Amino acid sequence: MSIVMPVIVGAGPAGIRAAQTLAAQGLRPVILDEGLRPGGQIYRQPPPGFSRPKSALYGFEHRKADAVHRTMQELQGNVEYRPGCLVWNAEGKTLDVLRDGVSTAVPYTHLILATGATDRVLPFPGWLTPGVYTLGGSQVALKHQGCAVGSRVAFLGTGPLLYLVAYQYAKAGAQVVAVLDTSRFADRVAALPGMLRAPALLAKGLYYMAWLRAHGVPLRSGARPVAVQGGDRVTGLSYTQNGRTHTLDCDAVGFGLSLRSETQLASLIGCDFEFNERDRNWIPRRDAAGRSSVAGVYVAGDGAGIAGADAAELAGERAALALLEDTGHPHDARRARILDSQLAANSRVRAALERAFPFPEDWASSIADDTVVCRCEEVTAGTIRQAARDNGVQEMNRLKALTRVGMGRCQGRMCGVAGAEVLAHAVGCAPQAVGRLRNQPPVKPIPVSVVCLERPAKKAA
Amino acid sequence: MERIDTEVAIIGGGIVGGSAALFLRRLGVPVVLLEAALCGAKASGVNYGGVRRQGRGIEQLPLARRAHELWGQLPALIGIDGEYVRSGHLKLATSDADLALLEAYRDNTRGFGMDLEILDRRALAQRFGWLGESVVGGSFCPQDGHANPRLVSPAFGRAAAALGADVREGVRVTSATHDGTRFIVRAGDTLEVRSRYLLNCAGAWAGRFAEGFGEPVPETSIHPLMMVTEPLPLFMNVSLGMQGGGIYARQVARGNCVIGGGRGVSADPDYARPGRANLGALMANAVKLLPVLRGAQVIRFWTGVEGNMPDHNPVLGPSATVPGLFHAFGLSGAGFQIGPAVGEILADLVVHGRSSIPIDAFRIERYAPAAHGAAARPDRLREQTLESP
Repeated sequence: MSIVMPVIVGAGPAGIRAAQTLAAQGLRPVILDEGLRPGGQIYRQPPPGFSRPKSALYGFEHRKADAVHRTMQELQGNVEYRPGCLVWNAEGKTLDVLRDGVSTAVPYTHLILATGATDRVLPFPGWLTPGVYTLGGSQVALKHQGCAVGSRVAFLGTGPLLYLVAYQYAKAGAQVVAVLDTSRFADRVAALPGMLRAPALLAKGLYYMAWLRAHGVPLRSGARPVAVQGGDRVTGLSYTQNGRTHTLDCDAVGFGLSLRSETQLASLIGCDFEFNERDRNWIPRRDAAGRSSVAGVYVAGDGAGIAGADAAELAGERAALALLEDTGHPHDARRARILDSQLAANSRVRAALERAFPFPEDWASSIADDTVVCRCEEVTAGTIRQAARDNGVQEMNRLKALTRVGMGRCQGRMCGVAGAEVLAHAVGCAPQAVGRLRNQPPVKPIPVSVVCLERPAKKAA
Repeated sequence: MERIDTEVAIIGGGIVGGSAALFLRRLGVPVVLLEAALCGAKASGVNYGGVRRQGRGIEQLPLARRAHELWGQLPALIGIDGEYVRSGHLKLATSDADLALLEAYRDNTRGFGMDLEILDRRALAQRFGWLGESVVGGSFCPQDGHANPRLVSPAFGRAAAALGADVREGVRVTSATHDGTRFIVRAGDTLEVRSRYLLNCAGAWAGRFAEGFGEPVPETSIHPLMMVTEPLPLFMNVSLGMQGGGIYARQVARGNCVIGGGRGVSADPDYARPGRANLGALMANAVKLLPVLRGAQVIRFWTGVEGNMPDHNPVLGPSATVPGLFHAFGLSGAGFQIGPAVGEILADLVVHGRSSIPIDAFRIERYAPAAHGAAARPDRLREQTLESP
């Protein structure tokens, strides 16, 4: 058996379960984590010295969070955990890893990408006003630092996270002025049969809603944002429901419409991508176990398609089993089959969730011409439409070349999805028909003054 | 299969093919332009964006001088300003020997209207105080500048189409032949174009067409590595190059610094990527040349696929084997500035049978087997690397 040097990118639920599975067979994976403590976004840990209990930080999920954190503690000595590491480039079985201003080459024979997701951002008028946060960002502020994004917060968007974050904010003492769901009540009713496959998840969702309602938080369905009010700071949010416009008095807005996979590393490595209808996004093509199209490269968790934290734990373990199988290590085939069926069941629930909280199909047509879609380069929806109309742009990379969409600091991570939706609508095609932005390094901005080392520096004695 | 009969067929919608189509249409000549991808999306659209005459070999200067005039009329030609600015181009020396080469270049290129001005260390410090301490002098060309290739190059094809050129994008030419009277250009079994003239403007992919007409050339691909920073306060008011190559830099109006140097890697014949090997060196060189970049962030590296000739001069002119065929390719990492003039010359060759600008140095015959010895003759004034297009 040749030497196996596995590297895992990401220490959320998928990365940690993958590490555990590899370590159980005596492998010693390197875990490269952009965070400072393991847990990922969903089970993000506060900085050392913060004392909010896990039950307060993670609510119903605190036992899962604790189990994931505990697993990492138990793996100490058997894995090489490197926090604060930005993997900014990948080529030829080598990763470029930035940590404290120094970039080091990290070689691997096998790679598990557990890179997670960010909020899917669909802009609306006023979304750049200070005080407007993504749902995930709102939650991170609370989980990580115990901060609220405002004292009177409106939450807007759709998906299970919407109610969870609103609940967590209210529990933490913030005033939640309203929860505005773009999905309709009828959507959620229609999704009920599917949701019954996941009674615990359904119960939690219903609990959050009931709790919020019981505490006087208005819950609105079928809502659409009109505009955020305020200049230097959010002062209000107007929205429509049933054809009528309402205005809320608030000093912060948390908004998000589901999540978007972080896939740049898979793209740089050359993995094939496919358009996932459910995510309305391009994700690495993979088999059920998580094998990408590139031998030795595996994808797991939300970075391989949005499926949530529970599925991420399963997928991380499953990808690690595939790695063990592919490298001739003992692997538990029976366990793999169980994971496969659990993942399949999870996928059916995910489909029901999408039915309950559907993508607002009318978004791309409704957003005003002067709304900024790409905030780094300040490109408006109108500019995108004009490029389609006047210059015949039908494809994302050409749109980028002519309008600068996706050309700024985020390199399309934040604006790519929205840009594709607006372009597809302008062209009159499905979002997959406008293609996918090519990825270039760095995955995230890096300092020009970075010191690049081909080999790790010797530790000072 | 769709069949089109036309006067001129053009393979390649880069800045060369696009401008050839534009100038032909201005003369009223029927044109069909076939582009495998999108017009101006390959080397023409992803290059550094330097619009400079300074540093070119003497044989290119008549061409570059005409191009300089055309760049001055850019909005009238293509309908946009393309972010073209005559910022000046400053070519730097880091040794006295290099500075002497810059002085010799100035002396040898008088009469081409470049108005080169040699600056010593003190003059540089006065005028460009943000430069690093490694430079000992430079040569300043006040009317050279830079532009946005992403905008300029596609606009040539668009302008040609607006004047009636039949521009086909996403059409990959699979065969080009001559039946004794007409050229027959096919894209698989979907399109056949028959024409009296054929322009081979296929950039890094042009060698295969030349070979098909019995004129093999030693064309290779190069992949210049570039990076761009986040927007920074404006400080760099000139485009920078370096005697001997190595690094080049400019700052766009939005504030981003575009910096190139070194090479990316080929991923396949159609695509290249920045790779890993040279990124660290490029960043280190950038900070050395421009210490103010310390603390700035790089937001993207990229590269492209450019056709390169051993003597770094383009192949430009009539075929030696087939009348009516004209080549214009292998602009060797320095084609953006001369591109519009190359297109105009192609139109002249088709319509008038001759070019008023000397192009003998670019004849394809220089690569005919018997001419190899002559082609290898080194030119003392030429850049060692052509990385400051």
